[in-house]
Amino acid sequence: MTTAHFQSHYIPNTEDEQAAMLATLGVSSIDELFLDIPQQHRNPPLDLPDPLSELEIQQELAGLAAKNRPLSSGPSFLGAGAYNHFIPAVVKALMTRGEFLTAYTPYQAEASQGTLQVIYEFQTLISNLYGMEVANAGMYDGATSLAEAVLMACRVTRRERVAIASTVSPSYRQVIQTYCQAQGIQVDVISADAPDVNPETSCLVLQYPNFYGYIEDLEKLSAAAHQQGALLVVSADPTAMGMFQPPGHYGADIITGEGQPLGIPVSYGGPYVGLFSTKQEYIRQMPSRLSGRTVDNQGRTGYVLTLQTREQHIRRERATSNICTNEALYALAATIYLAALGKQGLRQVAELCYQKAHYAAAQIAGLPGYSLSNTNNGAGTFFQEFVVECPAPPAVINRKLMEKDILGGLDISVPPYEMGSGNAMLLCVTEMNTRQDIDALVTALGEFN
Amino acid sequence: MATGLGRDISKLLMERSVTGRTGAILPAPDVPPQPMPDASLLRTDLGLPEVSEPEVVQYFTNLSQRNFSIDTHFYPLGSCTMKYNPKINDEVSFIPGFAAAHPMQGVEESQGALELLHRLQGFLAEITGLPDVSLSTLAGAHGELAGMLMIRAYHRSRGDTGRLKVAIPDSAHGTNPASAAMAGFEVVELASDADGNVSLEALHEVAGSDLAGVMITLPSTLGLFDTNIVEVCRVVHEAGGLVYGDGANMNALMGKVKLGDLGFDVIHLNLHKTFSTPHGGGGPGAGPVCVAPLLKAFLPTPIVVSANGSQDPSFGLSAPEQSIGKMSGFHGNFGVLVRAYTYIRTLGAAGIKSISSNAVLNANYLMQALKGTYYLPYDRTCMHEVVFSADWQKERGASGLEVAKRLLDYGFHAPTMYFPLIVHEALMIEPTESETRETLDAFIQALKDIDREVTENPDLVTQAPHTTPVSRLDEALAARRPNLKWTPAG
Repeated sequence: MTTAHFQSHYIPNTEDEQAAMLATLGVSSIDELFLDIPQQHRNPPLDLPDPLSELEIQQELAGLAAKNRPLSSGPSFLGAGAYNHFIPAVVKALMTRGEFLTAYTPYQAEASQGTLQVIYEFQTLISNLYGMEVANAGMYDGATSLAEAVLMACRVTRRERVAIASTVSPSYRQVIQTYCQAQGIQVDVISADAPDVNPETSCLVLQYPNFYGYIEDLEKLSAAAHQQGALLVVSADPTAMGMFQPPGHYGADIITGEGQPLGIPVSYGGPYVGLFSTKQEYIRQMPSRLSGRTVDNQGRTGYVLTLQTREQHIRRERATSNICTNEALYALAATIYLAALGKQGLRQVAELCYQKAHYAAAQIAGLPGYSLSNTNNGAGTFFQEFVVECPAPPAVINRKLMEKDILGGLDISVPPYEMGSGNAMLLCVTEMNTRQDIDALVTALGEFN
Repeated sequence: MATGLGRDISKLLMERSVTGRTGAILPAPDVPPQPMPDASLLRTDLGLPEVSEPEVVQYFTNLSQRNFSIDTHFYPLGSCTMKYNPKINDEVSFIPGFAAAHPMQGVEESQGALELLHRLQGFLAEITGLPDVSLSTLAGAHGELAGMLMIRAYHRSRGDTGRLKVAIPDSAHGTNPASAAMAGFEVVELASDADGNVSLEALHEVAGSDLAGVMITLPSTLGLFDTNIVEVCRVVHEAGGLVYGDGANMNALMGKVKLGDLGFDVIHLNLHKTFSTPHGGGGPGAGPVCVAPLLKAFLPTPIVVSANGSQDPSFGLSAPEQSIGKMSGFHGNFGVLVRAYTYIRTLGAAGIKSISSNAVLNANYLMQALKGTYYLPYDRTCMHEVVFSADWQKERGASGLEVAKRLLDYGFHAPTMYFPLIVHEALMIEPTESETRETLDAFIQALKDIDREVTENPDLVTQAPHTTPVSRLDEALAARRPNLKWTPAG
């Protein structure tokens, strides 16, 4: 079966055609095209496994996938930044169309009106969701989007200190630290109860709901930031925006978010899409692409990438960010999701999450040995996640739950989480969890008292 | 692109909205009603559309038909490697065991994902000759930033804090200087010599005790293999600096040469270029970083480690001891990594090498056929792409941009225009290995026909495109009066 010269089904030109093409170049072998490579380094040994047919690939990957425990295989109560939500069939059906999937960044506007109009729709819907004036075409993910917001706040205010609430996701805080380390920006972790914002602070950074699921007092925190001339930067869960006041309502200056809940599979952490919105006055400081509405030379409406002088391919080392390729396909997924669910649907999803999470919390709090954590800045309102103090270490409980094929919550009794004392667990309940799932969880937890 | 009008897409989602329509039905609550939060916390307005499911499908389907794409058009966009994206890669990324695996679930529940990632780290190390890999960076520029932060951390770990400059060739992508600046470096531009190589003279001038490193794209954005590359690496190392490689053009080199053997210390790969994962209209990508042993300790976290079966579970996540930190929220763009893994498994060593063979053959075939018609500033064997200049057409009144736009009327996507910056009226053409000779011949003929049109019927070229859904757009208006979202009239 094997031949000395491997011909892939991804390469159309046969050996004969290749020979004919080489003849037009006046050379007799492909190797002659690579003579610029120093001879001692040319054609090194390459040790890769033998190729598989498509059938064998499917079998191998099915075997690997079977060693994972997908959310779909049983009741699952893990959130912590990636959320299990219902995805309407239209999302995958439309986003996998080759015309969207296999197009490049829409630099050639006349040949990319589909993608450009989608981005404009995305900017519209994300602005509306967050109660903001403008949104960009998207960032890599929620963590990097927040980190870029911090850098932007430092540019806008010309200040170099950042105050981040301890209730912001530890992983987001780590990414911010990575992004700030080389720019001389000092990152201070502060309490959202009594935020230390001073005249050197560029921005106060919050998460909404916070990492532990709770709604913080944005009105008070917004005033605390603005009194010192600092910007308010908020990373907000887009699903929660289906029912809660958006941070824009409280005067936030930059709102970012993880777009994964908007129709994107959890997919072991990516690809997702970062959401990024701000006020009109700051658009020239924004990172990433923008699609703008304009007209063609016959007066017809069309869309182009605009304000590109902010970007790396024009401005190079003076660009607002180095970002180029972002996550356009998942911005499309989010746009389709928001279109399909619409005004009523997103509210329903948010309320289902809220109702089911509160039902679960009440049931668990009623179990002997369990209580709801009261360490959330005195603010008791949560959305779909909440902290439970358990009678045993969460790692032990989670192992027992997994024996019943229940995926428990995040163990936050260990670093880097703030709830390091006791036996705290962060549970998440969404519209995907039936009452039966929740009752099974409560029953299983009850065995630990 | 569709012919005929199709359904009207001129109305945006918010303009189509009719109160009471919905595109999805959710289940009724199955738990007893719970007390709602204080009304002051709840929003009363939500600016989302109300449209039915058929309208959603029809609207987005019709929008998709207003795109050129690899599946519908030849897309020879230089430096973007618009090759065929195998369908099997997408299909396997949607297997529930992958798509529904939660990133925060325990390693015991993620062994399949971790095993795949661990193997992929090994494949990429083998292809690049750089033994240690982190997959957590989400795009090419993201990998560049990680690489530059690693170079910074390396020098600082040695107490060598005076290395503040990074030298970058004048032909480089804009992301290179932007990434170096984000990592806190001062950027110095390196001139290219008459052959398109990095000028060794210019390099010697900057190779001092303040040089942190250089960023080199190989092959360069001129589509040329820099014949000085070993000497470039030697000079930089001798001055105490490190060599960063931008792997955007790896499609030319797989199995032909390993960047680690040439002296590169750290590179990123664009899995969405060389390794066939779809561009999706501008992402997602994945930009893994591969490093020489001296940078292993600085890799971004996490990396996937294996106990080689000596303990259970076998695969885990680890943070290198002097890591620059986390670059992204979780472990990288896993769905993209699954696609790249599948691609490499499908090809094996001989197949991977034959990808680069054919990519380079196709580019040289185009170069040879067109070099009498379009000016070729660097007349050498090219790698996976060729950079022409439209200077000869410009003399007759049509710019590179206009030639590129006219190609759209012939049913071909335009080449990359006006890049690299050091070539006037640049037209950068990258055919990739997945195109047939017939397609290449048709494209060659189109560029020859357009050249004739420049003389015989210049308006046809300078006013192009004529057949796309919109013609030339007013970019100045878009920038002067930015309209970035739909707002209700009045």
